[in-house]
Amino acid sequence: MATPMLRWCCPGRRWIFAGIGGGSRHGRGVPTGSTSSGKRGQSSVAQQPLITAQKPRKGEREWAAVVGLEIHAQIASNSKLFSGSQVDFAAPPNSLVSFFDASLPGTLPVLNRRCVEAAVMTGLALDCHINRKSLFDRKHYFYADLPAGYQITQQRLPIAVNGSLAYSVCVGQRWSQMVTRTVGVKQIQLEQDSGKSLHDNLRSQTLIDLNRAGVGLLEVVLEPDMSCGEEAAAAIRELQLILQALGTSQANMAEGQLRVDANISVHHPGEPLGVRTEVKNLNSARFLAKAIDYEIQRQISELENGGKILNETRSFDYKLGCTVPMRDKEGKQDYRFMPEPNLPPLLLYDSGSLPTGADPQQVIDIDQLREQLPELPRVTREKLVRQYGMRPEHSFALLNEVGLLEFFQNVMKETRAEPKKVTSWVLNTFLGFLKQQNLAVSESPVTPSALAELLDLLDRKAISSSAAKQVTDVKKGNPRAINKLIGLVRRATLGRADPTVIKEVLERQLSS
Amino acid sequence: MLGRTLREVSAALKQGQVTPTELCQRCLSLIKKTKFLNAYITVSEEVALKQAEESEKRYKKGLSLGDLDGIPVAVKDNFSTAGIETTCASNMLKGYVPPYNATVVQKLLDQGALLMGKTNLDEFAMGSGSTDGIFGPVKNPWSYSKQYREKRKQKSHGENEDSDWLITGGSSGGSAAAVSAFTCFAALGSDTGGSTRNPAAHCGVVGLKPSYGLVSRHGLIPLVNSMDVPGTLTRCVDDAATVLGILAGHDPKDSTTIQDPVKPFTLPSLTDVSKLCIGIPKEYLTPALSSEVRSLWSKAANLFESEGAKVIEVSLPHTSYSIVCYHVLCTSEVASNMARFDGLEYGHRCDTDVSTEAMYAATRREGFNDVKL
Repeated sequence: MATPMLRWCCPGRRWIFAGIGGGSRHGRGVPTGSTSSGKRGQSSVAQQPLITAQKPRKGEREWAAVVGLEIHAQIASNSKLFSGSQVDFAAPPNSLVSFFDASLPGTLPVLNRRCVEAAVMTGLALDCHINRKSLFDRKHYFYADLPAGYQITQQRLPIAVNGSLAYSVCVGQRWSQMVTRTVGVKQIQLEQDSGKSLHDNLRSQTLIDLNRAGVGLLEVVLEPDMSCGEEAAAAIRELQLILQALGTSQANMAEGQLRVDANISVHHPGEPLGVRTEVKNLNSARFLAKAIDYEIQRQISELENGGKILNETRSFDYKLGCTVPMRDKEGKQDYRFMPEPNLPPLLLYDSGSLPTGADPQQVIDIDQLREQLPELPRVTREKLVRQYGMRPEHSFALLNEVGLLEFFQNVMKETRAEPKKVTSWVLNTFLGFLKQQNLAVSESPVTPSALAELLDLLDRKAISSSAAKQVTDVKKGNPRAINKLIGLVRRATLGRADPTVIKEVLERQLSS
Repeated sequence: MLGRTLREVSAALKQGQVTPTELCQRCLSLIKKTKFLNAYITVSEEVALKQAEESEKRYKKGLSLGDLDGIPVAVKDNFSTAGIETTCASNMLKGYVPPYNATVVQKLLDQGALLMGKTNLDEFAMGSGSTDGIFGPVKNPWSYSKQYREKRKQKSHGENEDSDWLITGGSSGGSAAAVSAFTCFAALGSDTGGSTRNPAAHCGVVGLKPSYGLVSRHGLIPLVNSMDVPGTLTRCVDDAATVLGILAGHDPKDSTTIQDPVKPFTLPSLTDVSKLCIGIPKEYLTPALSSEVRSLWSKAANLFESEGAKVIEVSLPHTSYSIVCYHVLCTSEVASNMARFDGLEYGHRCDTDVSTEAMYAATRREGFNDVKL
């Protein structure tokens, strides 16, 4: 599906993109050939004085940014990609290192079946073509956290290619204006993670922890179809949800299970693509969009001041809020790619090509995996919209928080209240409360049953909504508020409800 | 006794004509006597004697493990042996004691073989003379044969006898010399481009390079992963078949081994060769071939023909490209396999602590010899 050529991002963007007429784009989408004056996405305040003005003045040219992403997701498996040592984020240093992980001479890689399945499932979920035959290669470079002096990856022929990822961004001022975009998935490949280096500058030494060395990674390469940080962040978010729904990766950025590198360049529409820089190791969901937007701005400023963009690798400094060149990566590195001679080609089958009498332990059937694929977020959201008449943006919000959808569905099971009401309560009051208390859904003191009962009371107009909201106040630990509640309920029931009964009902609610 | 074949001595053990401990001690004593050959880097005396003790217990109970139970063997020093130093004849791994056994070593031990020691080689198995290791060259036992000594006496003009010796060929020279000198009945070598067959020919023993994928490479410190094969050195062909029968088979730890099941086998006695058709590649008769080798080859061909076999000329047309391809592939894979030797996790590490790069450079300069630099 062609990406809509009209590109603008959420309000608050500080530069103007000319959407149409991007004939210089990579093969996705058909250039319409016309130019536009791009008056979209104007914010009222230019926070960075060096950027082009909000309205293009006569003779002034607009900029378009091109963003591609390389995502590394740690595969959720019990053991590593090529060895039997365990995968565990929090283990003591160097406690999960097999002989192979430590690169002891004479050790050989043995492919982990679960990791291959994870790659195939992810490829299927992203509509990729699964290569029936894929190959492993060695990528050489010297670094202390790479014991063998090379990483085993799939450079020549990866396991999956040519897919697409659909994501949504909100446009316009309101959250309710959402559009769907797609970004091409160039390929998915299996590769090893490296160990961790801790630089101890005080003692002029580096500490190496090899627990992570050899953990399986899925590298997902997204085509440069995105044009700003917001789009990139939205695409990443959707990928996270997909990986989590599949169970192929926990995709938690804070724990390093999902790492993102961005390839960024800018150019004038109609002209060839600019020189790109690579911004590495964007490990925080919060700063992803910021870092990409910063780099876009930096490139625009540089070029507008007559400078040149170097094809270099940069990293994002979270404290300073800017990208800085990475010293080690100056100049192009020769990785001396070579086929991995210890691993034969990886052959996958489908129900048509499965060899007769094959040991099911030794072969992977793509069709079988396809049948067993869990429901994808996109489908779940569509179901919610259909089943409950929910607004699309609400379905997004429900899926955006771990456990929230399940909570919502449990409340729906037990209440007679309207879905719209439940949705509103869950997304506004309940979620707001959790955020305020810095709690996860799993840590919520309010159970789905409690909320269901409360909503039923509200529905029967036994209590007012303000009273119901105050339940949460009491939950926060304000026991005197219960008396206030009792008063409110009495008033709501026009004095007919018995205070003792009210107190009982409320206490039951609050203690559950 | 020490000059017998593996099969013969195995029978002797089973019949009680000799005990494993006696056999072990005689081999150890011979190893000491032939120390000047420099065939062994490490002699695992204690280990071998303990293994002999265990084997003897089994024989007493009549529960021998098989044809290799109680038989002294030697292993080339590029096979990982748990608890026994494995150096690859290099400074880089001097003092390196592996925590695991190579699969082929484990198979020998599981059959009750006695591990006499680790044999000398060219550094990291790169070489064809067994002269380039840090422990010095291996000397061919035939240098000390009566015939050779007499021949040299006639030609020499009072040269130092110590410096007058022949190479064993390589890189598995130590293993070939060990077998040839009767210090063990079988030895493991490795073969990438002839490293088992070459020293076998030089030392007058049988060297077998199994087909790639038949024998597990797990624990064999690699030179060229896509060509390396563990090889056997024995004193006769039947012994080679016995050892191969034990070593061959799929290993889940080595993904390049074939899955088909393999059973130990004995070679049929060949008395009638009239149904055999033997091909000799014409491209192998190069001008550079020495006349001695050429005449031996003709002799063998004539022998078969006179007994009724068909001997014909065949063609292997890509022969001339093979050595060039070998060099390209070999250097790429070797460079890749040597990348792990940085002094960080095991093996030699230099004293420099200026920076990681400096440490890598100094460690590798100190650890490797000129061939690798």
